[in-house]
Amino acid sequence: MASFAVVTLLVVVSLWLYAVKRRPGELDAARARRIQNRWIIGGGLILPISSMALLLVFGIPIGYRMLPLPVAGQQVLQIEVTGHQWWWQVRYPEADIELRNELHIPAGQPVDLQLTSNDVIHAFWVPRLGGKLDMLPGRTNVLRLQADQPGTYHGQCAEFCGTGHAHMKFTVHAHAPDDFAAWLEGADRDE
Amino acid sequence: MSDQQQNRARLHREYDRVWGNWPGWGALAAVNHTSVGLRFIVTGLVFFLIGGVLSMLMRTQLALPEQDIIGPELYNQLFTMHGTLMMFLFAIPVLEGVAMYLIPKMIGARDLPFPRVGAMGYYCYLFGGLIILSSMALSIAPDSGWFMYTPLSSSTYSPGPGSDFWLLGITFVEISSVSGAIELLVAIMRTRSNGMSLTRMPIFCWYIMVMALMIIVGFPPLILASILLELERAAGFVFFEVAGGGDPLLWQHLFWLFGHPEVYISFLPAAGIVSTLLPVFAQRPIVGYRWLVLAVITMGFISFGLWVHHMFTVGIPQLAQAFFSLASMLVAIPTAIQIFAWLATLWTGRVVWSLPMLWILGFLIIFVAGGLTGVMLALVPFNWQVHDTHFVVAHMHYVLVGGMLFPLIAGLYYWLPHVSGRMPSELLGRWAFWLVFVGFNMTFLLMHVTGLLGMPRRIYTYQAGLGWDWLNLLSSIGGFVMAMGVGMLIVDLLLHFRFGRLAPRNPWNADTLEWAVDMPVTTYNFISLPDIGSRHPLWDDRQLPERLESGQGGLVEIQADRRVTWGSDAVTGQVREVVHVPSNSWLPLQTGVLLAVVCLGLLTKFYWVALGASLLALLVILRWSWHNGGHPLAAPLRDDDPQDPPLHSRTCDGPGRWGMLSTLLANGSLFACLLFGWFYFWTVSPQWQVPAQAPLSATPLLLAGLLLSAAALLYHRLTVRLCRGQAQGLAGGLWLCTALGLGHSLVILWLMLDAQLTPRSLAHDAVLAVMLGYLLFHGVLATLLTLLQALRVRLGYVGVRLPYEPMVLRPLWSYTLGVFWIALAGFFLMPMAW
Repeated sequence: MASFAVVTLLVVVSLWLYAVKRRPGELDAARARRIQNRWIIGGGLILPISSMALLLVFGIPIGYRMLPLPVAGQQVLQIEVTGHQWWWQVRYPEADIELRNELHIPAGQPVDLQLTSNDVIHAFWVPRLGGKLDMLPGRTNVLRLQADQPGTYHGQCAEFCGTGHAHMKFTVHAHAPDDFAAWLEGADRDE
Repeated sequence: MSDQQQNRARLHREYDRVWGNWPGWGALAAVNHTSVGLRFIVTGLVFFLIGGVLSMLMRTQLALPEQDIIGPELYNQLFTMHGTLMMFLFAIPVLEGVAMYLIPKMIGARDLPFPRVGAMGYYCYLFGGLIILSSMALSIAPDSGWFMYTPLSSSTYSPGPGSDFWLLGITFVEISSVSGAIELLVAIMRTRSNGMSLTRMPIFCWYIMVMALMIIVGFPPLILASILLELERAAGFVFFEVAGGGDPLLWQHLFWLFGHPEVYISFLPAAGIVSTLLPVFAQRPIVGYRWLVLAVITMGFISFGLWVHHMFTVGIPQLAQAFFSLASMLVAIPTAIQIFAWLATLWTGRVVWSLPMLWILGFLIIFVAGGLTGVMLALVPFNWQVHDTHFVVAHMHYVLVGGMLFPLIAGLYYWLPHVSGRMPSELLGRWAFWLVFVGFNMTFLLMHVTGLLGMPRRIYTYQAGLGWDWLNLLSSIGGFVMAMGVGMLIVDLLLHFRFGRLAPRNPWNADTLEWAVDMPVTTYNFISLPDIGSRHPLWDDRQLPERLESGQGGLVEIQADRRVTWGSDAVTGQVREVVHVPSNSWLPLQTGVLLAVVCLGLLTKFYWVALGASLLALLVILRWSWHNGGHPLAAPLRDDDPQDPPLHSRTCDGPGRWGMLSTLLANGSLFACLLFGWFYFWTVSPQWQVPAQAPLSATPLLLAGLLLSAAALLYHRLTVRLCRGQAQGLAGGLWLCTALGLGHSLVILWLMLDAQLTPRSLAHDAVLAVMLGYLLFHGVLATLLTLLQALRVRLGYVGVRLPYEPMVLRPLWSYTLGVFWIALAGFFLMPMAW
């Protein structure tokens, strides 16, 4: 996508520069009109329409995968995340665990985050895990998240939420599925 | 001296006497479009410089990680004010100023049709801007971001007065934008010189026409949203709070319903500048005139259909996302048509290279890049990743700086000789260009990368070691390079007026009429008005400026010291009437000052001051309306009134009626948004509550409706008869109308008091209260204005020979009637059927 954009930019700019330098010679009206139509129809209609079609063909399936649709034969883990000025409250309703500014998930499996806010609008975002969804007071949005590899990922609030916005961060720990089960057990006992 | 020269000197003296500004402080009473337009431009540039300084402060803070030169409190004020200044106090007012300055000259008119409205708009803008800036000086500036999302901007989370400054100040400034747009629209539609049909208009006029329509329809959503939020903050009404059944997302919808068109509103006039300059420098007519017109109109329409793309991450349904994603991409088509029409113009022309062309080339590179990242952002999954990061910051600066600032500077250099009579300097201008161009790209090209690396926007600092460090440092250095370029530009401008080489008339060999006027410019533009036979009057007839100046065009002789210009048919441009426009007046300044006092009274919560100033402002405005038509201070009936064509106040359809219709279009947009909010609450709001018993009873509602219908029908009948020349019973009829309107208003008032609404705890009642207030306002306004008409009939300012003013007022009655019954259906019948 980016390279296509760069090529388009370069081609358009070089055409303009060439057009500026070019000496057209004498043009009769009919020829001038043919040139005009060629540019306007080619560049103004065909180019953008075909690029958009391409973009959508690739883009729509990607978007579809990010939807929280039911996964066949699998119970998707539900986690509640609530934004506060300026910290994150994380709850595992089934295990009855509550955490602050950290999120533990199993790697290689989708999880659904129930996002809401207690005060102003925040936005949940883990750059390396993709996606971003607003957390609105009075509403619950569901974000499907999946970490393919175990590891630690940084997340932060993406919607400006006041003085503490820059420091409203959290950490995602993705565990291998077995480790995650163990963590759930352990965390459960600690409570 | 020959006879001809003597005659010419006499004409100039006469015109200076009638059209000149008053000397000294009297210049504040100036209303002519040239002075007002220049004031808009200069003031806007000052706000631009201030906004630029704020961005330099931000870049200083972000240059290195973990700096604390500027704390979060100040930083939040800085970015909020930077966005607010640039969007509301720089981009739109400057472009409107350019249009106000140029449009009458391009269409061969002497002034805009409502000069006093233009002057008042300027004062609203100036005072509103100063009020907003003053909050910065008091360090209580708004700090919730320039789009003021609720509930962060609500009284709970922003208890200080910052948000109030924003809401009141911006609404004040928007009065100016909307009034300017109405004036420009009517000017283009109704005051073109003889024979300038729609297809012979300079392409710039099309751009400004579409811009004006977009402002008229696009600004009221924000005006409404600001009023609602201010009511919530000041009076505790519930609109955006979930607890009482409101919804913070309504703010986002209303804001972006305005905010997205706003981007195109600032792009279109700039693109109009490009479309005007390119053919001049290519020395051939613009290619694909009809394509461009079509593209511009399409752009105007599409831009209203894609506001939701700013909200892809709030969790809206997939289908809606696909729709708005597609709509967002569709905008690429009219944009591409323009880019390639410009290309074809250059391709088939012989290009003369000069300074404005350099800035246009810069525009092309930056704007196309910004457009391409825009198409990427329209793709929902990509948007989810980079939304609210520095990628978006980079994108919008590419679009706005590339799409608006660069063409604006190109235009500035192009039209400088027009204002100063001197040619711009190539050397300093080139330096300024390269510094700005290189600095800009260094700042914002890198910001794309920073955003992709995960840096969110609106953070005042960041940790070291995230890979953002050197990118931010380079961005900051680039920012300072750009600032040096802007500084160079300012130096160039200042030196220009003193040392610039004197310019010949029409120095660029342009084709449009604005170059037919005297240089430096006068307040009346043309001694005589041209007949237009083609789209390129100055290329067809090189002697035209000369002939116009020696009085060989239309409407030469000054009569009764009136300022006049042609009024013409909206489509064919054939002359229909002589429009007389008001001369210097203190009324606009008085209105502006009083409205500023209202604004300050609300801010400081001295509500009785605000109320008193509002009443005074109303009095001044009514006095203003009084000095019109047949009033001795305007154009009293005389035996030597021109007959063919007649003065516009002697007809039934002059620019004022078009002004009224345009105003009602803006008003209708506001009303539609209020209805949208109501239906949005019923269908989407998460905790919507309806009181157990319907608060309004049917009988008084019907009574109010019947009284209003009778008044509106009677008024309609009276005006139809008046235009047929039948004035019997006119005065009596108007008095009866006044009485009926008064009855209607009283019933509405009684309904409001009787309904026992609880707007502080229920969003349902809050919206209902606003709607009733809206209806009451219109009932009272129509009644009051009709009362004045009845008085004017008695004094002889309105009658068979002066049927104009009742006709101007007629659409207001029809509108009041329409909104009443629509409101009744929406607010009374719909809930019953729910």
